Parts: sequence; C-alpha cells; structure tokens
Amino acid sequence: MSSVSDLFSIALMQGFNGLSTFSVLLLMALGLAIIFGQMGVINMAHGEFLTLGAYTTYVLSEVSSRWAPWLSAYYFFLALALSFVIAAALGLMVEHLMIRHLYRRPLDSLLATWGLSLILQQAFRSTFGAREVSAKLPEWLMGSLEPTASIDIPINGLLVMGLTLTLTSGVFIALFKTRWGVRVRATTQNRAMSGAAGINTRRVDRLSFGLGCGLAGIAGAAFTTIGSTGPTSGSLYIVDTFLTVVFGGAESLIGTIASAFSIAQAQATTEFFLTGSMAKVLTLLAVILILMARPEGLFTLKVRR
Amino acid sequence: MPVHSASPLLPLVPSSLSSRWASVLAGIALILSAPLLGCSKDTKAAAVESTALAATPAAKPAGAGPRVLAVTDKVVTVGQLHSATGTMAISETGSIQAERLAIDQINASGGILGRQIEIIQEDGASDWPTFAEKANKLLVNDKVAAVFGCWTSASRKAVLPVFERENGLLYYPTFYEGLEQSKNVFYTGQEATQQILAGLDWLYKEKGAKTFFLIGSDYIWPRTSNKIARKHIEKVLHGTVLDEQYYPLGHTQFGSLINKIKLQKPDAVYAIVVGGSNVSFYKQMKAAGITADKQTLLTISVTEDELLGIGGENMVGFYAAMKYFQSLDNDNNKAFVKAFKEKYGDKSVIGDVTQAGYLGPWLWKAAVEKAGSFEIDKVVAASPGIELTTAPEGYVKVHANHHLWSKLRIGQVQETGQFKVLYESGLIEPNPFPEGYQ
Repeated sequence: MSSVSDLFSIALMQGFNGLSTFSVLLLMALGLAIIFGQMGVINMAHGEFLTLGAYTTYVLSEVSSRWAPWLSAYYFFLALALSFVIAAALGLMVEHLMIRHLYRRPLDSLLATWGLSLILQQAFRSTFGAREVSAKLPEWLMGSLEPTASIDIPINGLLVMGLTLTLTSGVFIALFKTRWGVRVRATTQNRAMSGAAGINTRRVDRLSFGLGCGLAGIAGAAFTTIGSTGPTSGSLYIVDTFLTVVFGGAESLIGTIASAFSIAQAQATTEFFLTGSMAKVLTLLAVILILMARPEGLFTLKVRR
Repeated sequence: MPVHSASPLLPLVPSSLSSRWASVLAGIALILSAPLLGCSKDTKAAAVESTALAATPAAKPAGAGPRVLAVTDKVVTVGQLHSATGTMAISETGSIQAERLAIDQINASGGILGRQIEIIQEDGASDWPTFAEKANKLLVNDKVAAVFGCWTSASRKAVLPVFERENGLLYYPTFYEGLEQSKNVFYTGQEATQQILAGLDWLYKEKGAKTFFLIGSDYIWPRTSNKIARKHIEKVLHGTVLDEQYYPLGHTQFGSLINKIKLQKPDAVYAIVVGGSNVSFYKQMKAAGITADKQTLLTISVTEDELLGIGGENMVGFYAAMKYFQSLDNDNNKAFVKAFKEKYGDKSVIGDVTQAGYLGPWLWKAAVEKAGSFEIDKVVAASPGIELTTAPEGYVKVHANHHLWSKLRIGQVQETGQFKVLYESGLIEPNPFPEGYQ
C-alpha cells in the first residue's frame, strides 16, 4: 500500500486538480459571463467560438511545422492571440448581422444562436473533415513539473490557470476601472436611461459581444492542451458553461468566479471518492437544490427595474 | 422535437422569474436534445424502385413469401446507412468510405451474378430513431438486397426490429459487446470476448500484469466489456481488479481519475474511453507524467482514427488490442491500403472498423454467389462457412452464429499515429454469449 508521504502527494495533486478544473470552468465561462450576464443574450453558439479557437491553433500548428519549424516551440502563444482576434472578428460580424436585431427578444436569440451553432459545426466539418484533428503541441507544454519524485504538476494545467488569472483580472479591470466598463454596467442596469444619458449603447453592445467571443476563442485555443479538437468539441463544454454562469448569478462576475470554484471543488472531491458518473449526478443535484432555494443564483446585483 | 422538449418547461418556471431565466432553462433543454437533431439527406432518390423485379421467378408480393427485392437483369440495389452528419460522423466516415471502395471494386470486377451494384445512401444523422426510420425506408420503399451500416450499438438495436420484421440483411462493422445474434445481421467486427480475452492474456504473460485498473465511458459497451474483463482477470488469470471507474460520455476533466491511478499503482490500466473524452484522457495522462515508460496501458477503443485526434505523440508506447491495424504486413493489406489512399487521399488512415466495413460487401458477394440468388433466406443459409482469404486482416470465416472467426493483434502506438504490431493470436472462435462471463 501507499506510504504516508505518497498520500500527502496525492492530496496535493488532488488539490491542484480542483484548482485546475476551476480554471477551466472559469475560462470557458468568462466570455459567456459578459455576453449572457452583462448583455442578456443567450449565446448557444458559445461552444463553437471555443472550437474556432481550437481550430485556429491547429491550423497555426500545421503552418508552423511546415513552413516555420523554428516557431513550433512557441507558436502556441501566437495561437492564443490569433484565436482572440479571429473569434472576436466573427463575433462582431455575427452581432452586426444577427444579434443586434434580437436584443429585445431573448427567446428568439436563443433559437437564432442555436441555428448559428449548427451552421458553424457543419462549416467546421466541411472545412476540416468530420474526424477530430490534433494540434502538435510543443513538448515543454505537455510535460509536468516534478518537485519531488511522487508529485507531478501538469504544465498545461498551470498554463490554463495562469491564463485564467490574467484574463479574469483583465475583465475585472475593464469592467470596474475603465469608462467602457462604466458604460457596460450602466447599459446592463438600465438601457433606456443609459441611452438618454448619452451612452452609445449600440457601440457598447457590439464591443461587449466581440470581447466575449474573443475570450471564448482564447479558451478554445488553451483547451487544445487538455481536450479534443473536432467539429462538435465545443458542445462538450456548453452545458457546463451555462451552468457556471447561471449558478453564479448571471449578472455578477464575482458570482461566476464563486460558482466555478464551488462546482469545481465539489466535482473534484466527489470524483475522488465516488465514480465519475455519480460525482456528476451529485454535483448537478446540489446545483439544482441551491437554484431552487435561490433562483437568482449565488450572487445578485440589486437593480431597480 | 426540441421545441416540444423545451416548451413544457416554461410553465413550470415561477412567474417571479424574469423571462430570461425561463429562456435559460429552455436553452439547456435544447442543448440536451441537440444531438437528436441533424439534417438528413438522401443522396440518391429511389430511382430503381419502379423497375424492381423479383429476385427469383417464383417470388410473390411482399408479405406473402420472400420479400420482393430491387434486382433487375443488370443492377442490384443495396443500402448504406451510417451517420454522415452529427457527432458520430467522426467515426462512421471511415466505414462509409470502406464500403464504397469495396462496392466499387466488386463492380469493376464484373459485379455480382452479372449485376452491377447501385448504392442508395441514407444518413442516420447520429440519431437512433432516424436510423430505424431510414432502415424502414431502405427495406420497404427501396427494397434493397442488403444494407451495410450502423456503427454504435444503440443504432443497431434501433434498426434490429425493422430488419427482423421486413426480413432484411444488415452487415454491421463495429467491434461490440456481444450478447446478440440475429438471423438478419452479420457482424463483421469482433464481439467482446474475441477482443478482450486474448489481450488480457497477453498483458498477463508478456507484462506480468496481476493488478488491473478498469476505466470506461459510462454506457453499455464499456460496461459489458469491463464485466467480461473482470471475470477473466479474477477467474482465469487469478489477478486483482483494483478499481473500476466510469465517466459520462463527453467528460473532459480526468485529473481525479489520474490521481486514483497514481494512488493504486496498477500493473496495467485497461481503458475503454470513447469520443472526445478519449483525447482529454490521454492528453491529461501525459501531462500528469503517466507515460508508457512508467505505466502499462491497454485500450480497446483507440484505432488509427482516434489517434488522429489524440495525436500519436500523446499516447506513444501504450498498447491497443484490435483485429486489424493499418500497418499489418501482408499482401492483401498492402493492396487495400494502396487502393484506399488512391481513392480518398494520401493522408487518410484506416482503423479496425473501417477494415471490418470493407469486409461486408465482399462477404455478401461470396454468400450470394454461393447461394446463386439474392433472396435473403438463401443468402443467410449460404453464409456460414464462407471464407475470405483476400481480407486485409488476413483471413476470416463466417461462423454459424453470424460472427467472424478472426485473430487478435496487439499494437503499440508510434509517434507517427500508426501502430507497431507486437503480437498476433491464432484464429479465435466468436462467442457472443460467453458462459460464466455474464
């Protein structure tokens, strides 16, 4: 059997695992927290923006291995940036062509974005084939740190964690310390009044939607280190993403963070003592019970309507 | 469909909630039902229908005696029923391609009983009721002489009653959990005991494995397979199963599972994870430092197709137990791989199920020629005992229980995304209802 020091190592790695799951949940929910939480648009195509980031990484990995082998150890950072740009660009386009006509019709936006997600999935399938692809990731990224012989800390987990920390602080600063943030929050709280106060709510909406999609793109690129890249890969994440945002209280960013943290810890802890399927059942059951008692989610903004 | 599943939720939402919350609930209901949808396409209309003739001069109208089949003096029509769209398109594309290749080759060599084969392709769209509906269409409207199709057990179970009622003929290419035998189905992939027992024996003999950790995605095939594996480990090998773990389909976080493996330190991990989860599982194993130099792992759910998504470098050194690998070194296989690449491009890969799909039309041809007729009952009666010496996997023979005698191979993952074949068993008798293993 395992010695005490082994058990300690496992406990430590399990703690890291919980934090790692937390970062993954938060990273994928961040974009949606802006689009759904701040703007109230139910973006069912959020998963496909993740997929777009993943495919961007794949294409870049192919390009760099063919034409620029010297880049292949570091192309991943370029992929993160490019994923943001491409996903945000598509987001802006979608907002202009579709979403802006639907701000007052949330149910229609749900159907429209769901249609969009089907269209995007088929577009991925037609472009890259129905089979999954694999971006060749730099060797250093797929290794682990070994502070002692029995402890392995995955580097890709650290990367996702670092990225989540950076982006979340970035969004926080943007929302609460910049003029754009003031406008977004004002628009969230009272669209008509904000408009009357001279805020260009159209512009705010457009930028927010683009930003949310861009964040999804980055998340998708980061997830190539821990998950699959295929036409329907994004749909693996979409349920958990909505769950995180709704459970936290849609309009509160702190809520999203708290919700990602509690779901991840509940999941990681129960998973270790039960089987994976049972852990999922218990976590979802807990979320349902809490939402029944507190339908507005963990955190709410007090807003006069 | 999604509208129906969503709308009953709406009245349940307390009126104090904003309409946005109601929408979210509806949205979630929609997501859950999303895999049920997909667009279907008929690649070819049933043009042959009007010219449908009886297979034999004595045939009577359907329902009274043998079913009328779409066979003319020049053409015989068959059906192809796979998911070309939806989540299963990832896996089923290979089967579609292989069956088409086989049919093209048969046509080029003169067809069957002097008739060219025409294909009516239907899309099951990854949705099981759609499979049943399309099977009905192929058998009743198109009157096809045989159907090559299905991939998941769920889709096969959905079409089985249709095939039995209409007396159709299905060639099913996937390795599966066994526990089934039908007059109307031929199983060209391996059933569970063929794929599992010899692989475990190999782990025991070659790797000295006494303790095992069983992992699976949470549905029928992995659970049944692991049940057989556990019985074999405990009763025959006298080893120990340290743990048996299941994760939902589509699960993406395997950190806890990986820590359990580290805690238990099994001699061998036996993994049956499928779909997108597969990729997450192996990438996270590698990143957590569980690599082939430290841990023996044998899987029965990773073929060359799945390796494309996982990346050979993320799984290098682990083992897979299959009846076929693209790298098999024999003349049949070399010709098959060459023909496949000529038709579908140099980059295409061929997995176990793809090869099994390729066997279907050839086995059907052999049976029809032996029977001298396309009539279902005669073809079925002629099938047992048929040998295929031209099979890419080497040699197969149809058993009276409609499964194939075949070999099992152990392949080791190479960085290139191919397998290096390390071991080959003798011909294994198919045994879909293994006694003492249930």
